[in-house]
Amino acid sequence: MTEMTLPPFERFYEAHREEIYAFLVRRLGHDRAEDAFQETFLRALRAYPKLRHGEHLRAWAYTIASRIAVDEHRRPRPDVDLPELAHLDGRPAFAELEHLADALPPTERAAVVLRYGYDLDYADIGTALGSNATAARQAASAGIRRLRRKDLS
Amino acid sequence: MTPVSPDLDRRFRDAAAREGLLDVAYDVVDSPIGALFVAATDRGLCRISYDAEPEREVESLAKAFGLRVLRSTRPIDAARHQLDEYFDGKRHRFELDVDLAPQADFNRLVLHELARVPYGEVVTYGQLAARAARPRAARAVGMVMNRNPLPIVLPCHRVVGANGKLVGYAGGLDRKETLLRLEGALL
Repeated sequence: MTEMTLPPFERFYEAHREEIYAFLVRRLGHDRAEDAFQETFLRALRAYPKLRHGEHLRAWAYTIASRIAVDEHRRPRPDVDLPELAHLDGRPAFAELEHLADALPPTERAAVVLRYGYDLDYADIGTALGSNATAARQAASAGIRRLRRKDLS
Repeated sequence: MTPVSPDLDRRFRDAAAREGLLDVAYDVVDSPIGALFVAATDRGLCRISYDAEPEREVESLAKAFGLRVLRSTRPIDAARHQLDEYFDGKRHRFELDVDLAPQADFNRLVLHELARVPYGEVVTYGQLAARAARPRAARAVGMVMNRNPLPIVLPCHRVVGANGKLVGYAGGLDRKETLLRLEGALL
C-alpha cells in the first residue's frame, strides 16, 4: 500500500485556504474569521513536521479550524457584555470525543468528532472529508456503531 | 463566498516567517533579465532560478530543506533590494548570507572560491579549479558552475573558457553576456 506523501506546505495552503476561510466566515463572521484563519494555518504549520503522510489533510485542516472557531466562540467579544452561561460539566464535548474516538479509522473518527464534538452539519463535514453529506452521515453512524460495540466488549 | 483577501493572505505569510515557522521562504523578483525565483532559509539565500516553474522549484526545495516551504515576501526583501541595486549598477558586492548546506564538499569549496571573483573580472574554469586546489578539475568546476544554486550572487557568469569565450551558462549565453556587459567586463 502506498501512502500519499505530504506536499510542501505552500501546496497544502493553496489547496485549502479558500474553503477554510469560507467555513470560518460562516461560523464566526468576517471580523473574527480573519484572526481565526491566520491562527488555523499557523497552527497547521507548527504541526506540519509531525505529520507522517498526506492523507485526510483536508479533514485535518477543518479539524484545526473547528477547534479554533470553538475557542473563538467561547471568548467574550470585547464590545459585547454577555453573561457567562453555565456549563453542565467543565469538560467540553469535543475533548471527550476526540479521546474516545481515537481508535476509529480516520474517516469515521473525523466524521464523529466533527459532528458530535464540533456540531458541524453533514454538508460541512462532507466538504471537510472530500465527499458529500450522505457519505459523511454514513461515516459518522458507522463510527458511532463501532464505538458502541467497543463499549460492550 | 468571500475569497481570502490579498491583505489577509500576505499577513499570514508574514506571520509564518516572523514566527520562524518556515524551512524555506521564496518569492519572485523582477529583473532586467527576467523574473528570478529567489528562496532563503533562516541561514541564508539558498536558491536563485531563471525561467522557474514555481511548482517544481517548491517541490525540490521541500526535498532539500524541509516541507515548510511558503511564498513570503519579507525574508526575500534584502536579496531583492541588493539585486535591484546590482542591476542599476550601484552594487558591486552582495552582502547576503548563503545556505549551501545541501551541497557536496567539493561544490561548496568551489562556490566559495567563486564568490571571491571580483565584479567586472573574469577567470577561466581552469583558474578557478586551481584556486580550489584542484588544478586539473576544470571540467568538474564547469559542472559546479552549471548547477550553481545562486547565479548572479555567486558570479558563475564571470567564469569563461580558456580561450576567453563565454562557453556556457545555465541561464543561457544571452544572460551571461548581459551580466558581463553590465559589469563592464565586455565591450
